[in-house]
This record gives sequence, structure tokens and C-alpha cells, in this order.
Amino acid sequence: MSMIRVENLKKSFGDLEVLKDMSTVVEESEVICVIGPSGSGKSTFLRCLNRLEEITGGHVYIEGTDITDPKNNLNKIRQDVGMVFQQFNLFPHMNVMDNIILAPTKLKKSDKENAEKKAYELLDKVGLREKAKAYPGELSGGQKQRVAIARALAMDPKIMLFDEPTSALDPEMVGDVLDVMKQLAREGMTMVVVTHEMGFAAEMGDRVLFIDGGYIVEENVPKELFGNPQHERTKAFLSKVL
Amino acid sequence: METMINALPMLMDGLKVTVYVFVIAIILGFIIGLVMALFRLSPYKVLNWIAKIFIDAIRGTPFIVQLFFIYFGLNSFGFISLDNTTAGIVTVAINAGAYFAEIIRAGIQSIDKGQTEAARSLGLNSTQTMRHVVLPQAFRRMLPTITNQAIISLKDTSLLSIIGVADLTQRGRVEASATFEFFNIYLLLGIIYFVVIYLLSMLASFVERKFVLR
Repeated sequence: MSMIRVENLKKSFGDLEVLKDMSTVVEESEVICVIGPSGSGKSTFLRCLNRLEEITGGHVYIEGTDITDPKNNLNKIRQDVGMVFQQFNLFPHMNVMDNIILAPTKLKKSDKENAEKKAYELLDKVGLREKAKAYPGELSGGQKQRVAIARALAMDPKIMLFDEPTSALDPEMVGDVLDVMKQLAREGMTMVVVTHEMGFAAEMGDRVLFIDGGYIVEENVPKELFGNPQHERTKAFLSKVL
Repeated sequence: METMINALPMLMDGLKVTVYVFVIAIILGFIIGLVMALFRLSPYKVLNWIAKIFIDAIRGTPFIVQLFFIYFGLNSFGFISLDNTTAGIVTVAINAGAYFAEIIRAGIQSIDKGQTEAARSLGLNSTQTMRHVVLPQAFRRMLPTITNQAIISLKDTSLLSIIGVADLTQRGRVEASATFEFFNIYLLLGIIYFVVIYLLSMLASFVERKFVLR
């Protein structure tokens, strides 16, 4: 069964049609990078995958469960779909440890002791064990984003969504965050990454989606999409960013 | 000076009533305010309207009219009978509640949408998100405004003397007319209110410092 199946996805904000008709499939352990000009709808596309945006039309299936069906428990499905935001969105009134264990403990996934043990493992993974008691305000952007990744991983998600995870970072911080994401990808995490980091997309992407004007214009392995783009719009976009 | 010292025990009895009325009313008022704020922000239109009508009605009418309505107006039907202290507590509570509702609503709305999105994306439901993520941050931000409203409500309790609640103001009035020492007694009355309110704002700034948002 596919991890994510998107069928004729449509999304409008009032009269503004942002996503017109999108269909794609993401298999287990695939890393999908989503690129495209700003305003093309790539973040909206990503946010429809865990229904942070209400879906106007079409269907999104996560492990076969239709998240557009109101009968399905969205909160339960979201536990399997971690998300990392451009602006980190750490909870500023909690220290790093409490940020990470909030969801696992409140959603009865584990008791406090086990959640903390797991949190330390995740902090080791992102290289921030010594920051467990620090507050988000005391961290740099790159550290915040790595904590945000650890927080999302604490729920043992099967899918991770990244919404321009490095766009708000100082250039020297980008590498640390990308390294963590590369490690995750190598471990077999299913990932959908909206990014402007073409290097990351080329290196780690199993497939790259080029989105423009509310459509998936082109979808291919990175080597083909970057080396031999088929559509004029893809060519025009790549000529500006590469 | 002597009249002031002689009046002090009686005024202290009145102060107890004032503090008692204030503490109960402010707690009730806060609960009313929280519920009304959540109604106001709820996706259900009916709840929005209930909250909006309540808040507008209270904010658009004078405190004294509310007090008379609850004490004389509601009691005139005979199916409920509130004594003057209870009527006073209820009036202060709903009055403060309407203002708290707007303070809390604004506080909740001031929290970045990304906070809610992050919590919801982890699988927390809307109640858990409100309770663990939004409200704790909103309350820290609201604390100065909440303190302000609490001080206003404390001062409002002095109006309960009009319906005969034996609060600090009422005791002062009795004492003043018994001794004809209007200047001294009302000066003392003012000093007592000032000290109580000063202590209240000190408590608030202590709490603020303790829960400063990092």
C-alpha cells in the first residue's frame, strides 16, 4: 500500500484556486522533494497532506485512509505524519524536553519516563542532548529546527513532511539541519520535502516534483528532472535557480 | 487621629467582607470570562452569539444598573431570592466576566497560528492544544491587563454598599455619620483601599516575573 496517495487534489482560498488538480503517489521510504516558484502552491500542497488546510476537492489517502473523509479520526492519522515548519513553531513556554515529550505523554503513547528516555535518544540524533533543559528562546535557528525535527520524531511518525525547513535559517546553520534530514532519509523515513535547496533535492530525492500554477507540472528522478527537463516552465524555473 | 484608631476595628471587619466578595467574584468572573472567550472563538455560531450578546449587554450598561437589576429586578419576581451579598458577588462576577472575556479572547488571538498548527500536526486535539499550548502562553501575555481589570473590579465592590452590603465602604459610611469625622474616616478608607490595591499589584508583578515568557 502506498504511504501517500493524492487523487485530483484541489484547494481554493475563497475565489482563489491555489491547487487545481494534483495527483501523485508516495511509496514507503521514498524521499520526495517539491520545488517550484513562490506562490506556486507547494506549501499548500504539503499542508493538505495532513489537512492543516481544509481540502476543497479530491482525496488524500495516508496508508490507505482517506483523510478527507470526516468519519476518519484525523488526530489519530496526524500522529503518524510528522511535520516540520519553516518558522520552527517550538512552544516557547516549555523547555526543549517538554516540547518533545508533550505529545507522546498527552496522547498516552508512553509514560513520562520512557518519553524522556526516547527524547534523549532523539536529541542525540540531532546532536543537542546538552540543550534538553534550554528554552527555545535560548537556541539558534538551526538548533531550533533540529529540536523541531526531534519533536516530530517523538511520535514515531511513518511519514515526515518538511515545509521549507531551511528557508528561515542563516546560511551556516543550513548544513546541520540538512545533515539530520539526510540521516533520516538514509534510515528509510518516508519524506516529503518542500525546499529551495536544489542540492539536497538532487542528492537525496528519489523523485522531484515541480509544481507551478497549481499543477504538478513535472515529476521525475532528480537526474532527469534537473538534467533533462521536459516542460518549458520547468526549464525556465531551473535556469533561474541553478 | 483617635477617631481613626477607634474606627479601625470596624473598618477591618468591612475589609474582610470586601476581600471575601472580591475573591469569590473574581474567580467566578474569570471562569465566566474564559467560557465566554472560548464561546466567542468557537466555530459554532450560536455560541458566538450568546457570548457577543452577553459581552455587549454588560459593557453597554452601567455597573449600578446591573446591580439594581440583579438585586431588585430579579428578586421582584419571587422565584429566586438573592441576599444582598450574593447579588453583589454575582454582579461583580458577571461584570468582570464580560471584560475578562474580551481580554482572554484578544490574548488567545495574539498567539501565533503556527503554535496551533504545530500542536495539531503532532496529533493533539483542539482542547489539548488550547490547554497545553495556547492558553499558557496567552495567560502570560494577558497578565497585566487581567490585573488591571481585577483592580477595577475590587474598586467596583465599594458600590455594593448602596444595597447595604456591609463592606469596607459601607462600614466607613456608618462610622463617618456616627462620628461626623467625615474627613478623617474617608481619608482612612481611601488609605486602606490604596494599600490593598497596592498589595494586589505587587502580587501581580511577582507572578509576572515568575512566569516571564522566555
